[in-house]
Amino acid sequence: MKKQSRIWMGAAAIILLGVYLFPIWSISLNAPQYPEGIGLNIWVDTIEGKSPHDLQNINGLNHYIGMKEIQPDSIQELTIMPYLFAGLIITGIVISVFGNRKWVLVWLGAFVLLAITGLVDFYLWEYDYGHNLNPNAAIKIPGMSYQPPLIGTKQLLNMRTTSMPHIGFYFALLSMGLAAWTWWNNGNEKSKVTGTKLNHKLKSVA
Amino acid sequence: MKLPIYKSVLWGLPAVVILSLILYGCPSQQNLASNEEAAQKVYVAPGEYDEFYGFMSGGYSGQMSVYGIPSGRHIYTIPVFSQLATNGYGYNEETKAMLETSYGFVPWGDAHHPELSQTNGVPDGRYIFINENNTPRVAKIDLKSFQTTEILEIPNSGGNHASPFVTQNTEYISAATRFSVPMGEDGDKDVAIDSYEENFKGTLSFIKMQDDGSMKLDFQILVPGFDYDLSHAGKGPSHGWSFFTSYNSEEANTLLEVNASKNDKDFIAAVNWKKAAEYAAQGKGKIMPGEYVRNYIDKEDHIAKTERNSEVRVLDPRELEGMIYYLPTPKSPHGVDVSPDGELIIAGGKLSTVIPVHSFEKMTQAIENEEYEGEIDGIPVLKYDSILAGEVENPGLGPLHTEFDGQGNAYTTAFISSEVVKWSLDTFEVLDRIETYYSPGHLMIPGGDSQKPWGKYLVALNKITKDRYLPTGPELFHSAQLIDISGDKMKLLLDFPTEGEPHYAQGIAADIVMKDQVKFYKLEENNNPYAVKSEEETKVVRDGNEVHVYMTTIRTHFAPDNIEGIKVGDKVYFHLTNLEQDWDVPHGFTVKGANTSELLLMPGETRTMVWEPKRVGVTPFYCTDFCSALHQEMQGYIRVSPADSDVEIAYGTG
Repeated sequence: MKKQSRIWMGAAAIILLGVYLFPIWSISLNAPQYPEGIGLNIWVDTIEGKSPHDLQNINGLNHYIGMKEIQPDSIQELTIMPYLFAGLIITGIVISVFGNRKWVLVWLGAFVLLAITGLVDFYLWEYDYGHNLNPNAAIKIPGMSYQPPLIGTKQLLNMRTTSMPHIGFYFALLSMGLAAWTWWNNGNEKSKVTGTKLNHKLKSVA
Repeated sequence: MKLPIYKSVLWGLPAVVILSLILYGCPSQQNLASNEEAAQKVYVAPGEYDEFYGFMSGGYSGQMSVYGIPSGRHIYTIPVFSQLATNGYGYNEETKAMLETSYGFVPWGDAHHPELSQTNGVPDGRYIFINENNTPRVAKIDLKSFQTTEILEIPNSGGNHASPFVTQNTEYISAATRFSVPMGEDGDKDVAIDSYEENFKGTLSFIKMQDDGSMKLDFQILVPGFDYDLSHAGKGPSHGWSFFTSYNSEEANTLLEVNASKNDKDFIAAVNWKKAAEYAAQGKGKIMPGEYVRNYIDKEDHIAKTERNSEVRVLDPRELEGMIYYLPTPKSPHGVDVSPDGELIIAGGKLSTVIPVHSFEKMTQAIENEEYEGEIDGIPVLKYDSILAGEVENPGLGPLHTEFDGQGNAYTTAFISSEVVKWSLDTFEVLDRIETYYSPGHLMIPGGDSQKPWGKYLVALNKITKDRYLPTGPELFHSAQLIDISGDKMKLLLDFPTEGEPHYAQGIAADIVMKDQVKFYKLEENNNPYAVKSEEETKVVRDGNEVHVYMTTIRTHFAPDNIEGIKVGDKVYFHLTNLEQDWDVPHGFTVKGANTSELLLMPGETRTMVWEPKRVGVTPFYCTDFCSALHQEMQGYIRVSPADSDVEIAYGTG
């Protein structure tokens, strides 16, 4: 790979540091009693309230419908994720140093696979929280489940629930894009070379 | 012979009708804004906020009421000098000590004058102070939480009326006695009342605002036995001085309405408090006995504590020169107000036909030139003509108090003629007048006694209500009128009732106070020794016949909510901690037959109720504040067994 492409690959890896600096996903709740909003930010290693006590308050509200408490410490994925991203960053840098185009694709594939697995896992968690309710809950509405949307907005009783990617996610997306571009660009460079040669040939034919 | 007389009476009748229409019908319509215009100006749309906070004294309710201006909406009541069952102030163990005095526990007070703290002569929104007239005290309210956090008793005072007025950087808060009393300088306070002239004295007290925000009684100035009525501190050029009106310079001790109204002139006492503070700092004057307490909310554990003091530094003008001068002022002056530029000292000579206006500059010159007309107990009396800036003619009958709009105008209430009179600080001419309903005492313009008034609205605080609202039997709320002062003519906008007797009031732009509001208390900062921060820590502990219940509240249950092992004759302390950490999620607590008020717990707060069970049986307790959808389920039971029972302490949440 050209030096420039190697720098781009390095950038793709380094940009991933953004997932440690910003939340990856956000769930916002709006209700008549919460004009100022209440919500959760999902970070690479934890889940936090948007305001200091939001998590506690959301757990307090959820207990009425029998939803399990969200306890960040008990969610294993949040312990593993920081290491997975660290792995991506380190291997990304190594690949940029050696400049092997094939490995860029492998790296990208692993990243995309990880992302999909993460989203599926997130959906399953949401499904579990939304459906697996305490039968002794104070509020029970036959047929009602409380699974928040994976992405988008849904009305759950008095709560208008919006689930959206946060800044960390866009860093990951940018990193993915840069890696893909690096791979694609190097490929194009080859065909460009072929193109010039062909052109040259055509010229000589003429 | 009879007919011509009859005829002439008939002829006179139309004239009477026309005259009475002119006199009666027209004036009341004169300054009334059109309904649409007035409604628009006071309309605060749902969800919107008022432009100003209005703080009104609750008078004999002992509290302070908070209003939104211009809507006139009553938005909160701050408990200060009286117990308030609504939230348990003065009833629960954490706040009871706030109402302690050198006379013991006093559950009531007579609050008169709120005064905002100032920085550079402008209200800064940190604190508001208010006086108590009967058992002399000054309270400090923290405007971050709207809670009373300190109350200082004033010794050697017969009634703390001329109080609490702040200096331009809140260096000092003043407090002068309304009633002079025997001070017992030579040890004897048990004297004949008619020995008034010989034995009775007044005091002007100066409370120092210390760096940590606490109040300290720095010194008192011993003054002749007049009645000291009201006060305001100087500002700008007159910073360093305070002015106190006095009446009863006749030193009457009975039927004051006649006996104290004889002299043509009484006095404004001009006090050079900077000079006095220097004397005090040098250790001058003498230490006199004086029992008083200081109550404060401990910043550490949020529990009220009482500190007892028994002496105070007293400065005597007969021994220490240059502290105080008397400005002769007509006819029993009531209010004294200083113009925003600090130059004019305006007295409300309540029995006077003019408003006398003294000049600070002339006053300092007169002092320099020793233009004295006499001396009373070491206090030089300045010549009236040497200090007078001018007199406002035809100011209405019974002028009492003056506030300012910051645009060169003064507004004075006239009690007897029931009006507010606008006049020019430049020409001393009356510019406009507007009726009020009825008989205004104080008036308030937001920032109107500071260097930078927000001269947009004026609130007239009336003493008589009568027919202004739907009748409520013989006892009525007082009435207030909101007047637009943004134009040349004053316009009546709104009429609204006020609780208790709002003598004086203060107003401040809302954003200054809003920005630092506490929404709830952080549980991790709760250092109350009886706090429990999770349900796992809750417990019931017996110690002899004292039982301490450490209980928590969270939507929607108490922990524990079943308690056994309590016996008749026990003294049960319920220590409740509200575990909620969200804005406006209080819980309440009470138990059947409690001899005290409920507890109202703000999120993160701990409050304690003492309960002495009297009957064997199972006693319910419940949450008094509708906290959530399952509020009615927030309840519990306590089993009370006979005194000799051996039922063990047991508790839990099932």
